Amino acid sequence: MLDVIDLNIEFHDHITPETVVYDFDLHLEKGEIVGIVGESGSGKSMSALAIAGLLSRKHMKKRGQIIFDGVDLLTCSRGVLRKYQGNDICMVFQEPMTSLNPVKRIGWQVGESLRIHTSLTEEQIREKVIKTLADVELDDPEGIYDKYPHELSGGMRQRVMIAAAIICEPKILIADEPTTALDVTVQAQILKLLKRINKTRGTAILFISHDLGVVRSLCERVLVMYRGRIVESGSTGEVFEHPREEYTKRLISAIPKMEKLKDGQ
Amino acid sequence: MNIKSFILKNKRLAIGGSITAIMVILAVTGLFFTPYDPNAMDISAKLSGISPRHIMGCDNFGRDIFSRVLAGLSTTMVVAVGTVFIGIVFGTLIGAFTGYYGGYLDEIMMRFNDAVLAFPSLLLALVFISVMGSGKLNVTIALGILFIPSYARIMRGEFLKCRNLDYVMSARLMGASDMRIMFVHILPNTVRVMLSTIAIGFNNAVLAEAGMSYLGIGVQPPDASLGRMLSEAQSYLFVRPGYAVCTGMAIVLLILGFSMLSEGLEKNA
Ligand SMILES: Nc1ncnc2c1ncn2[C@@H]1O[C@H](COP(=O)(O)OP(=O)(O)OP(=O)(O)O)[C@@H](O)[C@H]1O
Ligand SMILES: [Mg+2]
Repeated sequence: MLDVIDLNIEFHDHITPETVVYDFDLHLEKGEIVGIVGESGSGKSMSALAIAGLLSRKHMKKRGQIIFDGVDLLTCSRGVLRKYQGNDICMVFQEPMTSLNPVKRIGWQVGESLRIHTSLTEEQIREKVIKTLADVELDDPEGIYDKYPHELSGGMRQRVMIAAAIICEPKILIADEPTTALDVTVQAQILKLLKRINKTRGTAILFISHDLGVVRSLCERVLVMYRGRIVESGSTGEVFEHPREEYTKRLISAIPKMEKLKDGQ
Repeated sequence: MNIKSFILKNKRLAIGGSITAIMVILAVTGLFFTPYDPNAMDISAKLSGISPRHIMGCDNFGRDIFSRVLAGLSTTMVVAVGTVFIGIVFGTLIGAFTGYYGGYLDEIMMRFNDAVLAFPSLLLALVFISVMGSGKLNVTIALGILFIPSYARIMRGEFLKCRNLDYVMSARLMGASDMRIMFVHILPNTVRVMLSTIAIGFNNAVLAEAGMSYLGIGVQPPDASLGRMLSEAQSYLFVRPGYAVCTGMAIVLLILGFSMLSEGLEKNA
């Protein structure tokens, strides 16, 4: 469904060009959950933003191909790209506090994709928004519909972001560290929610995290990135049981001991 | 919170609001109704003082000063609102495109802006007026155009600040067009800044109009104008000080009230 081939991302906003992603390859099938792990600054977000078509076309050079539905998202026109954005490819950001427009009501923001991509009436949009808000397990969706972002907690906002992302039933959901800013219990709920969305709607999820424990429990396949390169990839079990690369081994040994204790018992 | 404690806590807001409300009511009244025709001359009443028939007296042509103050207030108000409107509409448009897109367009527009801002605005207004001719409409257009650069600069900053925020990214990710992002997603976030610039701009417009009319290059007869009246009143300052005082007070109250109101609002927002 999605094929990323030899993606290179080069920044041109300084005197010397700086490459932040080298030869990134990814194949994503319908309904799959693939994880990307790696330390801070390894290029995870850059790759994700490139796939979502969010990298500015001015200050950076991108080489390679991002093929979705037989169309190369890197070279297609803005208009064509926009048809996929929000409709087929969606993304949830790391910071639920700033990802919502502070002066717009929640309901309006969640329905925005529908307003852009469909010709539904405001009535129908409202109905669908409330259904989706309920679907991401928010209590009192009708009440939340009329609230402003500052009236919600971080966990609730992240659910709202997820609702906004899945309302058009996208084929791919990119989640860039969606739980990093949340506390552990909320984190677990959000992960469960993502898993359920993946099961019931068949949405493929590209899950970015530096929490290996989370990736291990959620993803079927995993890519390990280090300094802009994919150093290892394969099924989650294989990578975690028999890491081939020195870097992956170090990453795994850095998982908090609690995990190991649990495994050992 | 009850009304009394609210007023005590927000004295500026309350006082400014009341003054502004009164001035607006007077100006709107002046638009439709004045006790006398502001231009009707009655030589027998020339420079007469305060009397029950003319509560502010009459000027050197025997025209009722109160009627002229009302008419002048509404002229000033119309010119100021028109000026601010032209400034904010075009300023926002230019600011939105330059701030959101950046690049060469931005560079060129902002250098042009700097050039315009470098001239004293009254001087530029003078040039406009000498090319287009004076009168209410032309003064409004000239001042409006002069206001565009500073509004554009402020709005550009707002759009520049917002264009890379996460929620704009989310909107872009939903497939929103640039136009939609600029005017549906970002614009409502600039309202606070916009309102305070409108407030400052309104006062500047009132002063500029009064100043130009005082110099004789602004609003022309038969339209009454506070600035023009002030310059006439100057000749009779010692005979009829009330003439200058009434006219001057109208300008002072208008600006004082509006500044206090906008300051109070800003503190409360
Ligand atoms: N404007 C820029 N110019 C040059 N390099 C940049 C620019 N923006 C980001 N980078 C670099 O791109 C690299 C990849 O960043 P990226 O955000 O993808 O990391 P990440 O893996 O998502 O990290 P994190 O886990 O902290 O989110 C970083 O090394 C960063 O320094
Ligand atoms: Mg990141």
